[in-house]
This record gives sequence, structure tokens and C-alpha cells, in this order.
Amino acid sequence: MKLEAKNITFRYGKNDKKILENFSLSIESHERVGIIAPSGFGKTTFCKILSGYENAQKGEILLDGKPLSSYKGYCPVQMIWQHPEQAVNPRLHMRDILAEGDEIDERIIKGLGIEEDWMNRFPSELSGGELQRFCIARALGKRTKFILADEISTMLDLITQSQLWSFLIKEVQDRQIGLLAVSHSMPLLENVCTRLVDMEKNI
Amino acid sequence: MRKINGRIMTVMLFSAAILFLAAITISGSIFSDEAMITDFSRKNLAPSLQYLFGTDWLGRDMFIRTLTGLSMSIKIGLLAAFASSIIALALGIISATMGKTADAIVTWIIDLVMGIPHILLLILISYAFGKGFKGVVIGVALTHWTSLARVIRSEVLQLKEATYIKAAQKLGVSKFEIAWKHMFPHLFSQFLVGLILMFPHAILHEASITFLGFGLSPEQPAIGIILSESMKYLAMGRWWLAVFPGLLLVGTVILFDVAGESLRKLLDPSSAHK
Amino acid sequence: MENKKTILDIHNFSVSFEQYGSGFKKTTLPVIHNLDITVHQGEMVAIVGSSGSGKSLLAHGILGIQPYNATLGGEIIYNGEVLTEERKKALRGSEIVLVPQGTSYLDPLMKVGPQVLKGKNDKKLKERLDKIFKGYNLRDNVYNLYPFELSGGMNRRIMVSTAMMAQPKLVVADEPTPGLHMEMAKKVMSHFRELADNGAGVLVITHDLEQAIEVADRIVVFYAGTTLEDADVKDFEKEETLRHPYTKALWRAMPKNGFKFIDGIQPYVKAMPEGCVFGPRCPHFTEECKCAIPYKNVKDGRVRCIKAEEN
Repeated sequence: MKLEAKNITFRYGKNDKKILENFSLSIESHERVGIIAPSGFGKTTFCKILSGYENAQKGEILLDGKPLSSYKGYCPVQMIWQHPEQAVNPRLHMRDILAEGDEIDERIIKGLGIEEDWMNRFPSELSGGELQRFCIARALGKRTKFILADEISTMLDLITQSQLWSFLIKEVQDRQIGLLAVSHSMPLLENVCTRLVDMEKNI
Repeated sequence: MRKINGRIMTVMLFSAAILFLAAITISGSIFSDEAMITDFSRKNLAPSLQYLFGTDWLGRDMFIRTLTGLSMSIKIGLLAAFASSIIALALGIISATMGKTADAIVTWIIDLVMGIPHILLLILISYAFGKGFKGVVIGVALTHWTSLARVIRSEVLQLKEATYIKAAQKLGVSKFEIAWKHMFPHLFSQFLVGLILMFPHAILHEASITFLGFGLSPEQPAIGIILSESMKYLAMGRWWLAVFPGLLLVGTVILFDVAGESLRKLLDPSSAHK
Repeated sequence: MENKKTILDIHNFSVSFEQYGSGFKKTTLPVIHNLDITVHQGEMVAIVGSSGSGKSLLAHGILGIQPYNATLGGEIIYNGEVLTEERKKALRGSEIVLVPQGTSYLDPLMKVGPQVLKGKNDKKLKERLDKIFKGYNLRDNVYNLYPFELSGGMNRRIMVSTAMMAQPKLVVADEPTPGLHMEMAKKVMSHFRELADNGAGVLVITHDLEQAIEVADRIVVFYAGTTLEDADVKDFEKEETLRHPYTKALWRAMPKNGFKFIDGIQPYVKAMPEGCVFGPRCPHFTEECKCAIPYKNVKDGRVRCIKAEEN
């Protein structure tokens, strides 16, 4: 399966400056692609467009040759956010948050080191690293075909970072899920990815 | 020394306020017939142990009359505030979710209603619906929803943009479930506090227009009627006819405010742990 | 470093929160406990720990701007004297400055020049500001611009300028480079380095160990609400020179050092293990570790581990 971004041009307001111009990228299911670019280059925006959170003014997103917007209901392209505390409802228990994912396998929960006791807590009662485990698990539902990881380990300590990435790499490899990773850390991307893309040169 | 637990204090305050208001409402309803009894053998008595608030020129017990009047006011306030907050909820949600045109129309109506002086609009609506109980309730309900509608509108707008709501959409969670599981719990506390803080306004405004003669009819023992009738007798030195009912009205309003504020304190995360 | 004057000396510092659980039960959450740290004149110390672990509370505690339901414990000694809440109030903004996490701390409705000068219209101050701006590659016209007209990086430099203007003796920087590109982050950090080189004590609170190693003189490792190791930055060149098993594990988890991880998670405040906080994940854990662990001096650094060898 292939996820393609074709000639994407994007700006927030009519008079704002263009964040992306004529940007194209395609990812195969077996690939782990790393994106490098200076801050303010629209990496997060690109992830949002690629997973359908934002619509580009020009260009299209194709999944398996069909526009991403034609997939109704569960979106096969799932994004994992930099700040997990913003990606979960503060008033729901972790169990209910996880239940919104698409039949999350017990194997994933175990593999990420999520403990049964955390399920009955609220997001404010977990650390950033613990919350991010839930967000990763939630994104790895049955119908997920691509994962976009936007600086998912920047705020975590190195050990947690290494734990989460090791699991994620193995999981996407086993299930043939395509991965797009954004990080400011070059050594990290070199460890995680099979291919690196420099946004600055691609434009 | 054990410090008094702030949350217990707040809950006690809240319960006390609600209990007291409930007591007024219920006792007022029970005594509503007695409030009508005229007895010329006890005309114009000053406050005493037997008649706490004194009696009026028809020999009616002012204490019972005040209680009945207040209970009537509270009932009207409850009904009107409830109707008003339902309007606020509906319009707020419509405005935030049904697109730009709907938003523009609702915002325009809000500005319009807010732009006209409250009491004037209230009188007009009440008069148009034939005054009395119906007129007052409709009048108060139609004029008090604006600020709560604004709060709900902005809250829904904010929620719609929240990352976790958008993430839920991408996980294929249905619209209904997003509204019920994700948005409702956030809105509910805002709504409840807004509702309770609306009561004192509703009660005061009911009393005001009744006082001015555009509200309840003179036969009803409403607090506004009591106050306006007592005007004639104030110059004759019968101060108790106005002072006690007036004080009790103010007290009721303050109690509702206390109840609303303490509820807000409990639900608002920035003060919930005090 | 030994002969330099100590600016900040924090002993046994703790921060706890009062919170209501379900119903009326009031509980106390000890977020930070047994925290020790010293900062000397002209020194840049980085305290490194994962986000959400309560590091920011340390910064807020030093400046006396902690949330209403927080209680501080332990002792903070600033410039030889105990730093009381009154002294914090008197000194913050002048001798002690905080460079906060986000650029949202700038007033959006005030031009940056007057904002940095705090509204004072003094020729000498203005001249000094011009010099500082020039040093940070900020052009003269920046003075009359609003924060929204500047890029994120420029706003950050404005915040550092505000700190410089006060000619502080102690600078506390709370996560100054979140999500910034490596080059940019290095640039921002170099501004703090300059402040230290000019004689101020600088305490940088960060989650990014790799970055801290590049700029700081000393690294303090923060884990589960406490400090586990205080090491010279040179000790991070090799695993063998490090003292605590956690720091060693951190070192091995760096992408450039093998990206290897150990199992387990940082314990949650409500479920702290008995004795050593790292105990449940430590390969050398024994019964002896189930006691209060002293912070002891080992090889020119400090470590909270009873097994670390004194030398």
C-alpha cells in the first residue's frame, strides 16, 4: 500500500505566508521515512494534512490511489502527537480513551508496558511518558495502515524514548504499517528510519 | 490543629443555601391560603413575637404573606431560568456547530437582545403575553439567556478545535458519541453554574416588573405586589410592610448567588483544590 | 569551580501538592523530594529529567511563584543567606530572573523595546539595551515592534535580553528550547552560556540530555522527583565515569550510544517504591537499597546510590 502527497500547497489564512508549496512525498507500507527540516518548516502541518486534520489549498492526498477523504469512519492514517496530554480528553478514564481505538490488541498494551492499574486513572494522574504509551497504543488499531509520529518522544527521557521506538519499529515491521517520523534529532531518525527526506531540498 | 477542609466548607455552604431556599418555597406553598386571610381585629400591628413581620391594613400576617410571595417568586425564577438556559443551550450549540450563517444569525440576536435595556424588553414581552404568571415567565425566559448562550457558544467552539476531539473523529467515533462523551461533560458544569447564577436575576426582575405593575396581578401575594402596595403606607410610619419583605428578597437573591458561586468553586479546576 | 562563590545552594528541597481525591479526602502528593543542587558563579548547571516529572516546579519554587496548593520544604540558600518568600519577592526580576518556557509570557500588546525596559524611559538603560540587542543580532527597528511581528526565535532572544537587562546574579531557564531545531536550540543555549561567562549562575531545566551535554558545565540528573546524580559534563563522555545505574542507562539509551533501553517506568508519585526510587529497575538492587539513600560525594560528583564506590 502507498500513501502519497501530491503537490501540496498550504497556508492557514488567506494573507498568511505559504507554509508548504508544491510539496510531494510518497511512503510505502514497508518503509519508515524520517523528515528533517528546520523549525517553522511546516513539518507538523504536513503531518496534519497527510492524516486529514487539515485540508490543503492545492494538491491531494492519496491512499492506495484513492483520496484520503473518501475513507469514511476510521482513518487508516493515524497521527501521534507531540503533546499526549492534549490528545486525550482530561475527563475520561484511560480505559475509555483506549477503547476508542480500533480493537487494540492485548499484545500492544503489554508491549508498551501499560499497566492494568493505569486504566482506572485520569490523564492528569499519569506522566507524559505513560500517556504517550496510551496514545501510541490507541493509534495502532486494527485498520491502521500508516502511522505519522510527530516528535513523539521529544519531551520524554532517553530510556522511555528508546523503549517506545523499539516497540513501534517492531510493530510496524510485523504488520507492514508505513511510518513517517518527524524529529529534530538526527541520530534518532538514523536509528529509526529506512529513508530520510530533507524538506528543504525537496521544495 | 486541623484546618477546616475547604471543600467540606463549600459543600456545606451550598447545601445550606439550597435547604433554606427549599424551606421558603415549600412553606410558602403550604401557607398560601392563610396569606389571603383578612382579619380586621389585628389591623396594622407592628412586628411582635406573634406576628414577626407585623400585619397590614387588612390584618393579613405579613410574615406568611412574604413567605408566599417569595415562594411564588422562586417558582417563577426556577421555571423562567430553566427555560432560559434551555434556550441558551440550544442557541449556543446551533451557533457553534451549524455553520457560519447560523452563527451570524444567533450572534446578531444575542447582540440585539443584549442591546435593548433588560427591564424594557421584559415589560414589553410580559405585556404582550397578557401579563400575569404566563407573561412574567415568558418575559424573563426570553431575556435572560444571552450571556449563557455566549459562554456555551465559545466553549463548544473551543472544544471543536481541541486536539482530542479531532483525534476521536479520526478514530471513527460517531458524532453523537463525541457530543455525548467528549463535549457534554465539559459543557455540563458551565451550564449548571450558569443556570443557578441566573436565578437571582430572574427573581429580581420578576419582582421589579410586578412592582411596576406589568407582572403578576394584584390578587396574587407576590413580593413585587407587597412592596408596591406598601409604598402608600410607608409615609404613615408602617415601615415593617416594606423592610422585612425587601430584606428577605435580598437575602434570597444573595443565597442563590452563594449557591452558584460555591458550585462554581467546586467545579472550576483553578480553585477546586483550595 | 571549587574556589568560585556559591550562588545557589538547595538542600533537601521538596514540593508537595494538596489535592482532593474523590469526595472530601484531602491528599498530599509529594512531587519533588530530597532535591539537592548547587550553582556557582559563572557556572551553567543543567537539571535533566523527563517532562511532566515536576522539574518546572523547582523553577517556580525558587522564584516563589508555585501554584496555590503547593507546599515547599527544605532549604534554599541564595548568596549565603536563606531565601525566604519575602526575599524571593524582593529579588525576582532583578537579581534572580526566570526565563519561562513559552514566548507567550511576553505581553502581546506592548512593543518589545519598552517591554524589556519595563516602561522606564532612561537613556543609559536604552543604550545598554541597544548593545544587548546588537549582541543578539536583533536590529534597531525591533525595538518598536510587537511580539507577534517577530519570529519565535527572535522572541526567545527578546526574553533572554530581558534577563540580561536585569544584570542578574542567577538565571533560571525553564525548558528554553522545546521543539526547536538543533541549530536553533544551540543558538538559544549559547545565549545562556554567555550569561554564565559574564559571571552569573545559570540553572537550565531541560528534558534534553544530549543538548545539555553540549553547553552545560555540570549535569544534575532528575528522576522520580529527586536528584540521583550530580556530574561534571566530562563524565558523560564514557559510561564508566558515570556513577548512578540510571545515568548509565540513560547514556546507553542515547541514539548515538546504541539506543538500548532498560525495562520499566518512572514510578508514579502515588506509588513510590520503598527506599531507592530507581530500585525496581536497577540490576544491582538488593535488600540494603530499601532504606533512605544518602546523597554522597563520589569522584568529584554526587550520587544517590549506596553501591556507588567512593574513591
